[in-house]
Order: sequence, then C-alpha cells, then structure tokens
Amino acid sequence: MGATQHEVWNISEILPPEERDDLDPWWDRFPWWAVMLGAVIVLFGYYTFFVESYNNAWRFIKPGIKVTVVVTLWAFLFSMIIGLIAGFGRVSRNPLLRNLSRTYVEFIRGVPTLPLLFFIAFVIVPTVAPWFGLTNKNISKEWRGIAGLALVYGGYIAEVIRGGIQSVEHGQMEAGRSLGLSYGSTMRSVILPQAIRNVLPPLANDFIAMLKDSSLLSLLAINEITQLSKLYVNVSFQPRETYVVLTFTYIVMVLALSLVLHRFERWMSRDRAGAR
Amino acid sequence: MSIISMSGVHKWFSTTVHALRGIDLEVATGEVVVIIGPSGSGKSTVLRCMNMLERPTTGTVTFDGMTLTDKGVDIDHARTEMGMVFQSFNLFPHLTVGQNVMLAQRKVRGRSKDEARNMAGQQLARVGIPEKIDAYPRQLSGGQQQRVAIARSLAMEPKMMLFDEPTSALDPEMIKEVLDVMLHLVTEGMTMVVVTHEMGFARAAADRVIFMDEGMIVEQGDPDELFDSPRNDRTKDFFDKIL
Ligand SMILES: Nc1ncnc2c1ncn2[C@@H]1O[C@H](COP(=O)(O)OP(=O)(O)OP(=O)(O)O)[C@@H](O)[C@H]1O
Ligand SMILES: [Mg+2]
Repeated sequence: MGATQHEVWNISEILPPEERDDLDPWWDRFPWWAVMLGAVIVLFGYYTFFVESYNNAWRFIKPGIKVTVVVTLWAFLFSMIIGLIAGFGRVSRNPLLRNLSRTYVEFIRGVPTLPLLFFIAFVIVPTVAPWFGLTNKNISKEWRGIAGLALVYGGYIAEVIRGGIQSVEHGQMEAGRSLGLSYGSTMRSVILPQAIRNVLPPLANDFIAMLKDSSLLSLLAINEITQLSKLYVNVSFQPRETYVVLTFTYIVMVLALSLVLHRFERWMSRDRAGAR
Repeated sequence: MSIISMSGVHKWFSTTVHALRGIDLEVATGEVVVIIGPSGSGKSTVLRCMNMLERPTTGTVTFDGMTLTDKGVDIDHARTEMGMVFQSFNLFPHLTVGQNVMLAQRKVRGRSKDEARNMAGQQLARVGIPEKIDAYPRQLSGGQQQRVAIARSLAMEPKMMLFDEPTSALDPEMIKEVLDVMLHLVTEGMTMVVVTHEMGFARAAADRVIFMDEGMIVEQGDPDELFDSPRNDRTKDFFDKIL
C-alpha cells in the first residue's frame, strides 16, 4: 500500500544482510554514526577537562559519580532478587503466588516511574519500616531511592524472567518430568540454562535503563550527579557548562556499562553459541 | 499380569472439550500395544494420562502397583519406570548427547558420573550411535536425535515405554532407522504402548492394535485381524482414508 515500484524492488533491502554487504559500497555500510558520536564525546571531554569553567563544574559533580554508581549497583542487585522471585511467581503452579506476582507487576507497569519513586520512598518505605523494627528516620534518602528503583525495576525484570522461562519450549519441561525429574530439578537443569541466554540481553537493557533512571533520584535530593549539577547551576549560574559536563559523564558511563555487559553476555554464551 | 491399567478414564480439557470418554485399557507385561486413529481422537491424551502429563478428570490409572490418580502418589518415581518418547524428540539442546542421557540417571537414580556415562555408552550403542556421545543434538539428524531420545529413556531402565508418533516428524529416509530400534526393543521383550501411523510397524510388532475415535476405544484386536477385517464402520472408514 503506497509503496512505489522503487521501494518494492530496492534489492539491497530485501536481501539478508550477508548478501547485502556485497552490493552496497563500503561508505554505505561504514558506521559513520560511531565516528560522529565519538567526535561529540571527544569534544565534550575536551571541554570538561581542559576548559576551566567546565572543569570547575566537573570537579563539583565528580563526587556524585560514586553515588550514582553505588546506588545503581545496589538497586540492580535488589531488583534482580525481586525480579527473580516475582518472575518465578508469574510462572508458578501456585495460584496465590501467580496472582500476587501479577498484581505487583501490573501495579508497577501502571504508574509512571517518577510518581512511583515518590510513592515508594514516602508511602511504602515508611509503612514497611516498622515491620522490621526500623523507624522512618533510620532510613536514609539513599536507601529510599534504592528501594524505589529496585521495586520499579523488579517489576520489569520479573517480566523479563517470565518471558525467558516461557521462551523455552514446553516439551523441555515434559521431557524432564517424563524422565522422573522433579519440577524444580527440571527447572534448574533444563529450563533455566536455556532461559538464561534469552534473558541476558533484556536484562542488560534494564541495567542500562536503571543507570539512566538513577538521575530521577535527584528529586529525592540524593547527591548523585544530576542533583549535584542542579546545585552547581544554582551557585555558579553556568547551566551550559554544567549540563555539557553532566551529559558527557552519563554517556561515558552508559557506554562503558554497555561494553562490560556485552562482554559478559558473550562470555556467558561461550562454546554453547547457537546450541538451540 | 497387567503392568498398567486405566479404568473409566475421562479427560475434559475445558467444559467443552471432552477428549477422553471412558477409556478402559490394560497392558500386560511384555505386551506391545499400538494405538491408531484419526487426528484429535485422543491417542496422545491416552498416553499422557498414563504417565500423568495430563491428569485424568475422572477414572483411575494404576501402574506397577501404584495408583497414579491418587493425590499422594510419588509421580516422579512412577515416571522413572515409564519412559516416554515424543514426536518432537525434546532433547535438551544445551547438553551433549551423553549429558542428555546421563542427567536423569544422576539426579534421579543417583548414579555416579562413571556409572551414568557407562550406561549412556551402552544405551547409545543399543540404538546404534555410540560415537555421538559428545556431539550436541543440533549436530545430529532427526533420526539420530530420536534414537538419542530413546536411549535417554532406556538409560533409566524403565519397565515400560510410551511412544507418541515417534517417526511423524522425520524425513522418510530416517523413519526406518527409528522403527528398527523400536523393533529391536520388541524382540527384547520391552512392554510398549505406541501411537503411530506406521501400519507396517503395527503389523510386525504389535500384539494388539487399538483403534480410537472421538475419545473412545472403538475396536481392538490382533493386528492382522483388525487390518484385514475390521468390524466397525468407523474403523473401515479410517482404513479407507489412509490406505
Ligand atoms: N492441552 C490441551 N488443551 C485443550 N485441548 C486439548 C489439549 N490437548 C489435546 N486437546 C484436545 O483433545 C483432543 C484429543 O487430542 P489428542 O492430542 O489426544 O489427539 P491425537 O489423537 O493425539 O491427535 P493427533 O493425531 O493429531 O496427534 C483434541 O480435540 C485436542 O484438540
Ligand atoms: Mg497426538
């Protein structure tokens, strides 16, 4: 519909990528985007480290990197634990677990992240804290933020885990059970090793998204890099310098994390590549 | 002595799908039973009710002295004595052939690694592919994969084997190699219940052929008798269509 003859017969688009390579000239395939992105990063980096007004902003923001990283790591750890529990709950044979997990997941998915973070930090945490013998004041804003991110991403990760388990053919469970393996044994020895390869890429995405969303914690006055940037703008009146530096910091962190996760993924699927 | 018996088994998949409508069936130790019938007649469901992959809605299934339809029964234990081979092989793709055959031996039978590997070697030899022990399933042909699946079940030393259309997913040239393995099991005296469309196999191997339609056993008997002079009209119809 509406496709012109040219679009339909543009052969380089219908052929699979391997064959397309022979047809397109190198400059058509060259990753120009990577070069341009690299150039932007180098330019921002130059400003950040070698131009004084920018460098001042950098020195003010720098201590926040540790906070951003630590908060993201804790939150990811907890969201993995929550996500695994809720994800297994979603595929459990126990209707109570199944419904509880579903309620949690749908609740998380039904509210935007920022209001949800406020809700967790100021409603859930104060409600739950006394159950563990803590008073509200014992809990720092950092831990509230971590709880917020962990609960939000726990819901998303639960769906990833569920998808990963359900992506393994049903016949695998039946084959395991037919051999006399228990449900748990079949899960551990048969389903999970296959599911794990399917969940690594989306988990990596969630990890990266979480690093980026840690910036929302600035609204809980946690001194991560976005919050420090806002503070610096307030005292220095240099929003341009500050936000160039902030942007530079995030993109370097995100690229570094992607690289690490990509390596990890390759290492996890080593020697079993393509075993499906 | 019958090793497995089903009596009054009904299976409803939902309030509208009545897949089995009163199945009474006994299989004697050492007997080879072939189940035939049109698509959707409930052949797979009968097999799957034998090892409780599907739980009968009503009726009882007893196997080797255990009442499988009882709530408290150790179904995992019963299944170790009852091998099942699927149309789609269902080998574990992340494990080598040897590991496929060893997994349940180790986890369920509690055999040592050496014992399990020994047994894997023996069973793979029995199905004619001992040299594939370190290959991955994806490196094998369909016929070879199905033979590994058979070896995987045999390694548990089951008292009975269930086959659900074991050759239906295979290219014609590979069907024979799998049927040969099954015929070999027959000569060894294995108790078998086989759902298949291979009438040649049924004639050669079966002690009894069961014809099913619409969730019921319509007719059963000696293979030559049933094939050459079916009494029921539905059975005749079925043979007219497939032969
Ligand atoms: N898990 C299920 N949920 C709902 N209905 C099912 C399920 N499994 C089987 N059925 C239905 O039960 C009936 C019997 O199915 P069954 O698979 O036992 O037939 P079959 O004789 O093995 O057929 P085929 O030759 O196609 O394998 C069919 O109507 C089928 O649609
Ligand atoms: Mg079937």
